[in-house]
Amino acid sequence: MEEIVNILKELDWSPLAITLKTGVVATVISFFLGIYAARKVVKASPGVKAVIDGILTLPMVLPPTVAGFFLLLLFSRRRPLGEFLFEEFGFKVVQTWLGCIIAATVIAFPLMYRNARAAMEQVDVNLIYAARTLGMPEYLIFWKVVIPAAGPGIASGTILTFARALGEYGATSMLAGNIPGKTGTISQKIAMVIQDGDYLTAGIWVAVVMIIAFLIIFLMNLISGRKMKNVGRW
Amino acid sequence: MSISLHIRKKLDTFVLDVSFDSRAKRIGILGASGCGKSMTLKSIAGIATPDGGKIEADGRVLFDSASKINIKPQKRRAGYLFQNYALFPTMTVAENIGAGLRCGKAEKAERIGKMVEKFRLQGLEQRLPAQLSGGQQQRTALARIMAYEPDIILLDEPFSALDMYLKDRLQRELAEMLEDYEGTVIMVSHNRDEIYRFSEELLIMDQGKIEVCGKTEEIFADPVSRTAAGLTGCKNFSRLLRTGAHTALALDWGVSVLTEKKEIPEDAEWIGYRAHDFIPVWGEGGVNMLKFEPESSARLPFEHNYYIKAEETVCWFVQRERLKEIEEKGCPDYLKLSEEKMLFLK
Repeated sequence: MEEIVNILKELDWSPLAITLKTGVVATVISFFLGIYAARKVVKASPGVKAVIDGILTLPMVLPPTVAGFFLLLLFSRRRPLGEFLFEEFGFKVVQTWLGCIIAATVIAFPLMYRNARAAMEQVDVNLIYAARTLGMPEYLIFWKVVIPAAGPGIASGTILTFARALGEYGATSMLAGNIPGKTGTISQKIAMVIQDGDYLTAGIWVAVVMIIAFLIIFLMNLISGRKMKNVGRW
Repeated sequence: MSISLHIRKKLDTFVLDVSFDSRAKRIGILGASGCGKSMTLKSIAGIATPDGGKIEADGRVLFDSASKINIKPQKRRAGYLFQNYALFPTMTVAENIGAGLRCGKAEKAERIGKMVEKFRLQGLEQRLPAQLSGGQQQRTALARIMAYEPDIILLDEPFSALDMYLKDRLQRELAEMLEDYEGTVIMVSHNRDEIYRFSEELLIMDQGKIEVCGKTEEIFADPVSRTAAGLTGCKNFSRLLRTGAHTALALDWGVSVLTEKKEIPEDAEWIGYRAHDFIPVWGEGGVNMLKFEPESSARLPFEHNYYIKAEETVCWFVQRERLKEIEEKGCPDYLKLSEEKMLFLK
């Protein structure tokens, strides 16, 4: 027991901060990109829909290391895009926090996109027609009619995205690496201390992750519970 | 007020091909489910696009495929009442009414206030649509349309999802609310009572085509085509063999038809007769008489329905006074068809 207290006292809390920061930023980016993509796909013709949907969902289906491989190909400073970003804007992606964000965003984005799309497709099309005949411009229809009506689905998508971004390991370790205090996230920390045989520290981090995970599921149930108000209890 | 509509659109199983001009203020479109009547309304509102044709309202071109005009639904000034009212579920009553208004805050509040008063929604302004009764929802939907001051109002089966009691009340309310509306109102329905009650002019549609159009009362009195007669509620049809200007045989009923005043049109192929219009006869048979041989019958609260044996079963619906007569005298021997009530149809 005393040992745990000692470890807790000396524990470097930076992985928690990095993980949460990465999760929040990746979620915010995914939120807007996901809704934007969902809107485009919902309106597209069936053929285009199938292709774009496939591409956007791919990062969720593939092993994260595959995504990491492509991200490295894209952003390495020995590649055109990576070189361009560094020369023109001074952006370094590989082995930086920016890499953490990009990896987490790419992996978590499909969850946001798919949930937003499913929620938008559920919106009664008559609501949109009605709004049009009432003279509402399309952007206003989207923000004041579609998004609120799709609200619960979008909210649960956001939470799932956040959860996925928090747990991201494979692509992050490849693109951003595990630099303590910079890119060292909780999941990377756990893997690292396990390798050193330090099960106690690993256990503490596991507990932290479990608490966060439970809070997320709890939050989701609250939100979907509100929506299901009219469904009878068994 | 005038509307001119000439459109074509390919639908799943048939081609919608509708053409009419009208100056009436209240127009009804009657047709079975899936006959293209909703698509016609949606084309006027601009939320569906026809493949070709032209739509004009009050001389304003809304759609013209020849000159590539297709005014956005936002600019058509056509209010559309959906069957489920399509109220925005996350907005309050007041927000719903104000949703389409593009003006300053003060003016908006004033317009919403006026509509709330006119449509008797006082005290409900802050409620969400899910917290309203069916009647209140309909009034909110109408208030939302009226606040926007449309040139034309389109009613898409506004009562078909309601139970009988509510239906009658909302029909009265709707008529009342629309009383002082100066623009054209077009209502689509598959219910003849709703349409008869509402419209001055009537179009009957079948499989995307207009079967008949004209003054509502005239069409109900003489529907001309068999499909139209069926949609106006006529239950009994028989093939007709015309033997002269005043004589014919109703083949499926085994009745010889003789008219004195009415001439039987040369192209008449069917005779129709409404189930309420038979006259019971006790005694000898003759022309225009159908042997009364009940196959089955059904007792309704205020009506007695007889189903009479013939090649095509004939329905006879008997109401109050007649019902008493039958109770006293027993079943009649024959049913007489009166000349004025006979419908000669194509």
